[in-house]
Amino acid sequence: MTQTPSSPPEPTLKRTPLHAAHLRAGARMVPFGGWDMPVQYAGLKAEHDAVRTSAGVFDVSHMGEFRVTGPGALAFLQGVTTNDVSKLRPGRAHYNWLPGEAGGLIDDIYIYMVAEGEYLLVVNAGNIDKDWAHLERHAAGHDVTLSNESEKWALLAVQGPKTAELLQPFSDTDLAAKKKNAYFAARLFGFDVMLARTGYTGEDGFEVFVDASEAETLWDKLLAIGITPAGLGARDTLRLEAGFPLYGHEFSDTIHPLSSSYSWVVKDKEHLGRAHITAAPPQRLIGLKLERVPVREGYPVYADGGVQVGTITSGSSSPTLGHPIAMALIDAAHAGADTFEVEVRGKRHPAVRVGLPFYRGA
Amino acid sequence: MNTPSELKYAASHEWLSEDGTVGISDFAQDQLGDVVYVELPEVGREVMAGDTVAVVESVKTASDIYAPASGTITAVNDELSGSPELVNSSPYESGWLFKLDVTEERSDLMDAATYTETAEG
Repeated sequence: MTQTPSSPPEPTLKRTPLHAAHLRAGARMVPFGGWDMPVQYAGLKAEHDAVRTSAGVFDVSHMGEFRVTGPGALAFLQGVTTNDVSKLRPGRAHYNWLPGEAGGLIDDIYIYMVAEGEYLLVVNAGNIDKDWAHLERHAAGHDVTLSNESEKWALLAVQGPKTAELLQPFSDTDLAAKKKNAYFAARLFGFDVMLARTGYTGEDGFEVFVDASEAETLWDKLLAIGITPAGLGARDTLRLEAGFPLYGHEFSDTIHPLSSSYSWVVKDKEHLGRAHITAAPPQRLIGLKLERVPVREGYPVYADGGVQVGTITSGSSSPTLGHPIAMALIDAAHAGADTFEVEVRGKRHPAVRVGLPFYRGA
Repeated sequence: MNTPSELKYAASHEWLSEDGTVGISDFAQDQLGDVVYVELPEVGREVMAGDTVAVVESVKTASDIYAPASGTITAVNDELSGSPELVNSSPYESGWLFKLDVTEERSDLMDAATYTETAEG
């Protein structure tokens, strides 16, 4: 099989405040977007199952946090995103897109409204520098201050159906009463944190913004109450089952963002790249189910007697469903077909179109 | 890590027994995680040492399996089509991959002690 890398990680890889905690928990570390990150601890499937049935915690401190403040914050954000930021209220968050001038996405992000004229943006780890440059460029002429707080915050995603129940004894806030996309200050294990009822696994859960200096102690407390440490491997299979697109796979600078079924993120307002983004997408993102052979990103997809009509963007064996699943970008003219073939190592295997998400949490 | 001393090992983590049976090591199955699919060669195929002859897929990755010796494939483990997880649970027994009628082994195969040192290095 493939050689296992035995050399130590490159010294240039960045480390989150939880790096030592990951090693203590027995994590296998891998380079990911310039960071040395845990891919799994005890095992991907066990971690995946823990999130589906109980609760797991992911270190997502590598993601970036930008604060946008000032009287011009709303007008600025309205112009650089597709969703309607004016609909947010203090203590509420929503999913949003940063469109490029010419079509694709600079990034897909989450925006948390802290107060009038104050917003926190959470951006993908690999896009921090690009997003920052893009936002700074477009902030000219707006009465706003941008601050990059990516170093200040550690971000822990506690996800799974039992999350609220497990955390409740250690918080002074009624967690069960908080709605999806709520964003609020709370005490957790004695720490002052910001909590958001958001996540990326298809399960209920909370994302915990904690000062980087306190992250390791908080992490240890979460593990001590039976929350399973979960790595990037499980994070990816969970988000794939939930049908969530991932930047760099289903979204990019060059993929038309409306290829995904997320057209609701584009609201009727003026914003950057609007003319391009509202044009009909040349491809559609679909879900595929296979019998046995797992298919991976980049594998060609065929239809209609052998014409290549698309490419797999993400694929894996689904731990919850027990069969391979994949997302694929298919030429719009063929995207309505029900059956496809995917080429795996020179041989074509039948695939059936299924609706997204592949799995829906309770 | 379990590394039986009667087997020989490739740096790419395949093991070869005296009778030409090939599988992947305990270390390798642990690194791969849950095996979900195994693609095996056809019986009768002649292979050269170092050829890609099988693929073991875990939830997240597909890994090529290389022939640790030249020869002819004489048998494959059909049990793996229904129970690929045998590669995880029994890498040296029920989870074997294929058997070779060996004509020539790779010259760089290692004994258990050397392999353990290399793999865990």
